[in-house]
Amino acid sequence: MNTIFGVPAPALYGQVLLGLINGSFYAMLSLGLAVIFGLLRIINFAHGAQYMLGAFVAYLLLFYGGVAYWPALILAPVIVAGVAIVIERTMLRRLYGLDPLYGLLLTFGLALIIEGLFRYWFGTSGKPYAPPAALTGGVNLGFMFLPIYRGWVVVASLAVCIGTWLLIEKTRLGAYLRAATENPVMVQAFGVNVPLLLTLAYGLGAGLAGLAGVLAAPIYQVSPLMGSNLIIVVFAVVVVGGMGSILGAILTGYMLGLLEGLTKVFYPEASNIVIFVIMAVVLLIRPAGLFGREA
Amino acid sequence: MLNLKKALLALSCSVLATSAYAQAQQVSDGVVKIGILNDQSGVYADFGGKYSVEAAKMAVADFGGKVLGAPIEIISADHQNKPDIASSIARQWYDTEKVDSIMELTTSSVALAVQGLSKEKKKINMVTGAATTDLTGKQCSPYGFHWAYDTHALAVGTGGALVDNGGKKWFFLTADYAFGYSLEGETSKYVKSKGGQVLGSVRHPLSANDFSSFLLQAQSSGADVVGLANAGLDTANAIKQASEFGITQSGQRLAGLLFTLAEVHGLGLKAAQGLTLTEGWYWDQNDENRAFAKRFMEKTGRMPNMIHTGTYSAVSQYLKAIQKAGTDATEPVAKALHEMPVQDILTKNGKVLPNGRMVYDMYLFQVKKPEESKSEWDMYKQLATVPGDQAYTALAESGCALTQ
Repeated sequence: MNTIFGVPAPALYGQVLLGLINGSFYAMLSLGLAVIFGLLRIINFAHGAQYMLGAFVAYLLLFYGGVAYWPALILAPVIVAGVAIVIERTMLRRLYGLDPLYGLLLTFGLALIIEGLFRYWFGTSGKPYAPPAALTGGVNLGFMFLPIYRGWVVVASLAVCIGTWLLIEKTRLGAYLRAATENPVMVQAFGVNVPLLLTLAYGLGAGLAGLAGVLAAPIYQVSPLMGSNLIIVVFAVVVVGGMGSILGAILTGYMLGLLEGLTKVFYPEASNIVIFVIMAVVLLIRPAGLFGREA
Repeated sequence: MLNLKKALLALSCSVLATSAYAQAQQVSDGVVKIGILNDQSGVYADFGGKYSVEAAKMAVADFGGKVLGAPIEIISADHQNKPDIASSIARQWYDTEKVDSIMELTTSSVALAVQGLSKEKKKINMVTGAATTDLTGKQCSPYGFHWAYDTHALAVGTGGALVDNGGKKWFFLTADYAFGYSLEGETSKYVKSKGGQVLGSVRHPLSANDFSSFLLQAQSSGADVVGLANAGLDTANAIKQASEFGITQSGQRLAGLLFTLAEVHGLGLKAAQGLTLTEGWYWDQNDENRAFAKRFMEKTGRMPNMIHTGTYSAVSQYLKAIQKAGTDATEPVAKALHEMPVQDILTKNGKVLPNGRMVYDMYLFQVKKPEESKSEWDMYKQLATVPGDQAYTALAESGCALTQ
């Protein structure tokens, strides 16, 4: 059998694929963070909680409303975005002119409150959520058994990432958004409603987190802890990619997912620190991140 | 005549008062304070968590709220599964908050740290939530007790059942800390002693979330059984993802080595059906258990597992020991705990070995199919009883220096 660094080649292909699947979640979550940071200059610590909220909304819709996976895929992110918009309108908005630290503290506090409430209501061992019937089962790729649902996650996340990038880089709305970050006063003078744009941007970022949550629900236990387990890694991804760089967040998400997957083969004990080691190295060599602009 | 009556009454009152006072004198600081220290916000928060605190409070209420005339107080804290946080809370409790004993102690690394501290401070600790056999082995304490279960019992129960059913080749997914090593070690030993074989293992960080990569390694190992030497949310996630990756469909079997009612409920019967597991207690075994579980349910909204009932048992036994010793001083109470049989809601025939291990019968359960379950918490079929002497390590083999 072919081996690569002492590991059978088929096993390695499997791990590479799994790394890409996990990378899809990193990419989707760091994308939302990058959008929010790039446009609002807010470090959104509530992102993990919003991801968890997405999964729980899907669970609650199914359990209490009988709403299946496909409608929930649209509904849950919209609901999460709605909650985020309320937060932005009532609280976050007051912090725009201040030190970014205030935004960080507020969102971190909100995350703790939201997670605490869900822990109180649902406990920590989580709730079950089955994948939709159309996506159950798997295909044998020769080197591994790929669950169809995981394949779907990669496709969906790629579509979402490309869609968001196009929205921000190539459309008129995106141009307004980017202009509003550069010079809000000037853009306002042209008759564009800048506060509304920022609200939408926060809603969009949180909605992306919610969407990732719904996609994650059939894979992981729907648990109040699912967000805090992931969010630290995602922050590392954003830092490595370059704060606020959307393309950077996407590419780094996939790349680090891949690298983490490989670590799980060669030295599993290090799999939860490898990303942070890379973050430290990148910060030393390129403080603005791999894709960030030097400030 | 009237005066004589009055005098007698006054006299008897004062005698009563002084005797109550004398009794209360037997209790240090006039109060018996028990600290419940466990994970109340992390992966093990349903496994023990605030529900164990509730169980401890029930034990105190059922005891009458007082022992030797002194009030009993339960305090609790969240150690976040970190031994350093746990040790500093324990130190503060013992040094400044007049806590007499610390109990529950989910997470083996935490339990070992706090047991070491308790030994140094000459205080009693009773572990119900942690699993490592080191607590009554290499790191045993004259004041340390281990209730409810341990890794040896799980290895003999769940491991034994699978080996007997043809699961000869094992591969482990192991949580990367004291508990995981202990559980993997005990199970490997038992599997090998039964003529089985261990093909390998992979160690994953606590609260790993995604297990697919580890499961794939287990899948390609060619083992009959994938032993999950982890607990709580980690086991639930691993089982859920194992079914996704077709591990069980391809003929490999999963052994959730530490899996309790709390996790089965979280995972749901659809994903958990058919799993074999070991617990020391189940709510639907008899009328007495059902009545206790109903009371617990009213307080917490869930059914107790062996950790919760075990905590109730440990607190009750500690209070009985104080009563018997006539004081809450550590040495006499530890002596009473070692001597007294355990007869309560958890077990009818428990005994405590000189190394602190409480030995009682364990049960092997299988998780029901969804169509077999009649109510939300109707989840287990009982397969067998594992007699206490087989489930727990014999004293001579425990490696506890106190007993040699």
